[in-house]
Amino acid sequence: MTRLPRWADLVLVPLISLALAFAISALVILSIGQNPVEALKVMVTGALGSSYGWGYTLYYATNFIFTGLAVAVAAHAGLFNIGAEGQASLGGLGVALVALALPWPHWGVALPVAMVGAALFGAMWAFIPAILQAKRGSHIVITTIMFNFLAAALLNWLLVNVLRPPGSMDPASARFPESTQLPRLTDMAAAVGIEWGKSTPANISFLIALAACVLVWLLIWRTPLGYEIRAFGRSERAALYAGIRPARIIVIAMMISGGLAGLMAINNVMGEAGRLLLNSAEGAGFIGIAVALMGRNHPVGIVLAALLFGFLYQGGAELALWTSIPRELIVVIQALVILFTGALDNMVRMPLGRLFGAR
Amino acid sequence: MALPGTRGDAAPPAIELRGISKAFGPVQANRDISLVVPPGTIHGIVGENGAGKSTLMSILYGFYRPDAGQILVGGRDAGITDSQSAIRAGIGMVFQHFKLVPNFTVVENVILGAEDGALLAPSVSRARKELRRLAAEYQLEVNPDAVVETLSVGHQQRVEILKALYRQADILILDEPTGVLTPAEADHLFRILKGLRERGKTVILITHKLREIMEITDNVSVMRRGEMVATVPTRETSPEALAELMVGRKVLLRVDKAQAAPGAPVLELAGVRMVDRAGVERLRGIDLAVRGGEILGIAGVSGNGQTQLLDILGGYPEAGAQVSGTARLAGRPLPLDGTDARARRQAGVGNIPEDRQAEGLVMDFSAWENTVLGRHRDAGGALMDHDAIRREAAAKMERFDVRPRDPELAAKNFSGGNQQKIVVAREIESRPVLLLVGQPTRGVDIGAIEFIHRRLIELRDAGAAILLVSVELDEIMALSDRIAVMFDGRIMGERLSGETSAAELGLLMAGASPSGIPPEQGQPDTPDHEPSKGVI
Repeated sequence: MTRLPRWADLVLVPLISLALAFAISALVILSIGQNPVEALKVMVTGALGSSYGWGYTLYYATNFIFTGLAVAVAAHAGLFNIGAEGQASLGGLGVALVALALPWPHWGVALPVAMVGAALFGAMWAFIPAILQAKRGSHIVITTIMFNFLAAALLNWLLVNVLRPPGSMDPASARFPESTQLPRLTDMAAAVGIEWGKSTPANISFLIALAACVLVWLLIWRTPLGYEIRAFGRSERAALYAGIRPARIIVIAMMISGGLAGLMAINNVMGEAGRLLLNSAEGAGFIGIAVALMGRNHPVGIVLAALLFGFLYQGGAELALWTSIPRELIVVIQALVILFTGALDNMVRMPLGRLFGAR
Repeated sequence: MALPGTRGDAAPPAIELRGISKAFGPVQANRDISLVVPPGTIHGIVGENGAGKSTLMSILYGFYRPDAGQILVGGRDAGITDSQSAIRAGIGMVFQHFKLVPNFTVVENVILGAEDGALLAPSVSRARKELRRLAAEYQLEVNPDAVVETLSVGHQQRVEILKALYRQADILILDEPTGVLTPAEADHLFRILKGLRERGKTVILITHKLREIMEITDNVSVMRRGEMVATVPTRETSPEALAELMVGRKVLLRVDKAQAAPGAPVLELAGVRMVDRAGVERLRGIDLAVRGGEILGIAGVSGNGQTQLLDILGGYPEAGAQVSGTARLAGRPLPLDGTDARARRQAGVGNIPEDRQAEGLVMDFSAWENTVLGRHRDAGGALMDHDAIRREAAAKMERFDVRPRDPELAAKNFSGGNQQKIVVAREIESRPVLLLVGQPTRGVDIGAIEFIHRRLIELRDAGAAILLVSVELDEIMALSDRIAVMFDGRIMGERLSGETSAAELGLLMAGASPSGIPPEQGQPDTPDHEPSKGVI
């Protein structure tokens, strides 16, 4: 098997996969009697054609960066964390408890504490499957899936019975104090005199997500702990030889992973909703798996893949709004992108390898 | 070419390669290779790791398409494009790592991929009959209904040969077939190969063991750096001449070393026992002492507890194992239970593990990352200093002649010998007080073997204690100052290396206790014995 040049591996393969996914999406759209060119135009203008579209695209991308990083950190340790969804939900609980606990004077004070709450709750939710894997060999894939359901059930119960303000009919927490409202990217742009992204939910969390990317990169590729995580993920026996304790790595990597997934809540719960809603994560945990896969578990790749999925989310919403293409078709397009960029990676890679090998 | 064949020279060659070339990117793995293998002969192919033997055989078996050149089988262009067409042309391959389904029976493995018809039962019964015939004809006795994972390695190899014969192979390629066999199993394999030759089959044997080449082949071809540098009748050459052809310079097949000057005991073991998770006692009371400035070799057929001993000393006994007994390192107690390979390193124990690919290296890591494996926290600080590690790695690769000299290359892309040099460099340059060495030259080419042996002797002369485990008796006898023989979790006896013979050691390796004393009573109660005595 011929090895691909680096640029082809990192750029060409995902681009071809993406092109294939869009080509088949076009066929599907054709087959229901719609115009795929029109559809693509609506999606691109809707998601990227205005600062309003960009505002939403970046908001969604922020969620996906956090969950993508979460899946990637676990993947470096050879662990498949499918539980980012549940961990993100628990992160939301952490944010809500912090936001509602005190009359915060300013968002700048509330945000760091909320981040700690979000990360801590997410990490704790990942800790239980991690310790079960480390000590008992319970497979992390199974347990993290189960913990997604447990998280949903727990939040359902909490929102209905504990956090719901008296008299409200809505299974949601009380509104967070005004003072905890995070600055929107619109406000920040306005502060420097630029009119951008009016009334979109993109907020300062996007910058925190980018900072998290840098930190994850440092952690994985620059610290001894990251070295141990990667060594363990690639070869457990070599890790043992090197004095790396498997149980410790499993627990630490999963808690970092869960913490990152939990941090997503500062974007959707604190930055956007301003209260804790039922099903707040809205599937972002699962999208994180695709984002990490497509981004090759590297922060730069994850940011790009998160932007792509942000585009698909926002473009999809626009499509449902302006055309008669049903909302379900958006899910089909997203699924095709995941299928081609993630699962069918080798379908592109192998012919390409032969092509490069033949030269 | 006047190569001896058992048939008349009029018959077309079993295999003829003409001008085969193959490049992988910038690496020219095979360059204009021509080879004639007469039918009914055993043809050896030797060469260092990375010389292109495996590539050439993969081309012959249809795994790779050559960039140029022609393959003739029985005088005709065989049109080999994949392994299916190679099998049709009558070529069978026995890989170094067997391609068997462990929980299938022998007969199921043999027909795998060669089933005829949708129903399995007729194929199976036909195959069973055919297997009995082949087994009788070639002394390849294996129970057709035995489950493969219950068979010994030697028998599994026979299944691989049967698989090839069942597919009507006339030409059998064996890649390093004795690497996993005991000496007795290897002898049996050679008898089988000779039987195949008698019945007109052609055998191509890839190996790095020159003794085997001399013992069994009719002709031998030598490869070096992708080229075929010589093909000669075996009886007209010698191991020294072949080694020189392989490496391209004169090679010392013997290890030159001065008399050891043993100092104070560095490692002392007393009554070390180990019971694995399944409740099997793997070590049954090991007493040993290794002094500074000496090499203690542990001889033995693999699987007699050597691996467990090395793992315990390295600080990573297998999960669930119970270890008892006492150990002292440079006079200080060394806890044997519990896992702390890191503390072991900090105490000055270096470790060249038996399986470099699974343990000694992270194969996906670059060479420079691997040069700090296990010592990645030694520099301290929150961030690793990659520039410093890279620089130091480049210097290490220079000092240990690791080729190619590219610290960024992933460990998996180095040849076996160069992978091992990376491990050896890392462990020796950490200046250990005690160095554990397991199978240091398994799958390593001659040039690198010589180099690694010299470095081990240098370390010994610098005063380190070295505990060497190897299944290669030659290596044990060449390197060690004292030799302990392990059998079934016990030390059967110790000998000074100058005062013993391969025959005596072989007897101990087979479990014969010296002068009829049961081994447990033959052992001293304390490890603090005088090492210069022959038998203890």
